[in-house]
Amino acid sequence: MSRLKQIGDWFGARLQIGPAIRESMAHPVPSKSASWWYVFGSAALTVFILQVFTGILLAIIYVPSAAEAWNSLQYLNHGVTLGWFLRGVHGWGSNFMCALVLIHMCQVFLFGAYKFPRELTWIVGVFLLLLTLGMAFTGQVLRFDQDAYWGLGIGASIVGRVPLIGAFMVHMLLGGPIIAGDTLSRFFAIHVFVIPGLLFGLVSLHLLMVLKLGINDWPMPGRIVRRSTYLKEYHELTQKDGVPFVPEAVWKDMFFSAMIIVSVMVCAVFFGPFGPSGYPDPTIIQTVPKPDFFFQWLYAMLALLPPEVETPLLLIGPVIGIGFLVLLPFISGEGEKSWRRRPIAVVTLLLIAVSLGTFTQLAS
Amino acid sequence: MSSQPMEAPEPNNKDGISRRDVFAKIGLLLNGLAVAVLATPVVGYVLSPILRGERGRYKSWVSLGELDEFPEGQTRLAKFQNPVSSSWDGDTDHIPCWVRRISGEQFQVFAINCAHLGCPVRWFAQSSLFMCPCHGGVYYQDGSRASGPPPRGLFEYAYKVENGKLMIEAGQLPTLSTTAKLETGSRGCQG
Repeated sequence: MSRLKQIGDWFGARLQIGPAIRESMAHPVPSKSASWWYVFGSAALTVFILQVFTGILLAIIYVPSAAEAWNSLQYLNHGVTLGWFLRGVHGWGSNFMCALVLIHMCQVFLFGAYKFPRELTWIVGVFLLLLTLGMAFTGQVLRFDQDAYWGLGIGASIVGRVPLIGAFMVHMLLGGPIIAGDTLSRFFAIHVFVIPGLLFGLVSLHLLMVLKLGINDWPMPGRIVRRSTYLKEYHELTQKDGVPFVPEAVWKDMFFSAMIIVSVMVCAVFFGPFGPSGYPDPTIIQTVPKPDFFFQWLYAMLALLPPEVETPLLLIGPVIGIGFLVLLPFISGEGEKSWRRRPIAVVTLLLIAVSLGTFTQLAS
Repeated sequence: MSSQPMEAPEPNNKDGISRRDVFAKIGLLLNGLAVAVLATPVVGYVLSPILRGERGRYKSWVSLGELDEFPEGQTRLAKFQNPVSSSWDGDTDHIPCWVRRISGEQFQVFAINCAHLGCPVRWFAQSSLFMCPCHGGVYYQDGSRASGPPPRGLFEYAYKVENGKLMIEAGQLPTLSTTAKLETGSRGCQG
């Protein structure tokens, strides 16, 4: 017995996780699902890990103080060896992560993967999307420049429209009466501790359910999902036509993830880090605040909505939108999975994509 | 698995309640109590931004400077140090505002923040309008809404003249729900 195997066995006897890992690696995937369409989730996870690593590296320099944050970012850009590159990777990684999570969600929606028995996987995914957007917004705040300062003002003004408890919510959001030192400190805590902690927990849950329930079978027109028969049919499919996840499917995930990481680095090198823009001094009023890419659709919409409907839409819209996403697997938990037989789903998705794209275009 | 159960067989009990169950429940109760005792100060700590500002403690009178810094019939940018601030605020506790001296000791002092979503409005003397760079809000020189998405006119600070100085009552970022404490009450909402 080789020395390496001995060491492996020593750990294996104590950790007792060998069988679980082997089982996860070998779990059968329907052969048609070992497809390039199924690589977005794993790529989002890869970028999340990249964000954690680059985030920790940035945190060893960054100073989360309203007085010093901007200076420490200048130091990262110009004083620290390759600090600009790490800021670039973290900033572009953020954009890629938002994009990948959104694409993953569209793919899951079009392939009917949220239907029985994967309802909870979808719901956890909805919260992962919200947390990812939360990371993007709080990260933009940590880049404590004029855009961040006035972006916080916009956030506070939206929160201030909540009836009755609006004033309390504004002060809780800002950590005090104005956008200042306490504001940055709490956004730092949210960006670095609170949301990443929630992401770790929910990503683990999401992955566990993917492993336990199996990856979605390729949607075939006419293959109807029924609660009474689906589990048996899926089991038969993986028995008859299943391939082990490693190596039959995983190589595509690995290729795509590697390509994404290279793309993030290429963007970081060629386009560089994001900002910081002007120094966060509110008395410099010659400024045109603008949010990051993934919030620009909202920025354009806020300019175009009539004043009378703005507050109701701002406050009720997100509740309806998130509520619909959470309830979706209960509204249509059964039936056709194939996009060829779901015209309303396809048209709805296209309409949302074209609207968001148009609003983003208008804002830029 | 061939391992034997570790625990000794439960003593027969007519009610089905064992000593172990009772102790487990007491243990649970004690933990619950400990959490409740710990939670009280934690909730207070977390709500500190609200509790500290109760009964208008966030606002106080600050000076914008001598009266003659503001010529009659003109609107000028003024700055003040926010009354609530800390040494690690950097320049974020330097707050700008627009001062319109109508005549004599008659003033209007507007918050810099657009009533729509808080962006910094700019004064254009040629057209006598305030305009917002974010979403296109426009206000007349008296702060009332002219056009665009703002649901009302500009926020106004209460002011007074004391020892030849212009004072305003300030202290918090004005939004649609944090305005009340900033308003003079003389100027209502504009449609």
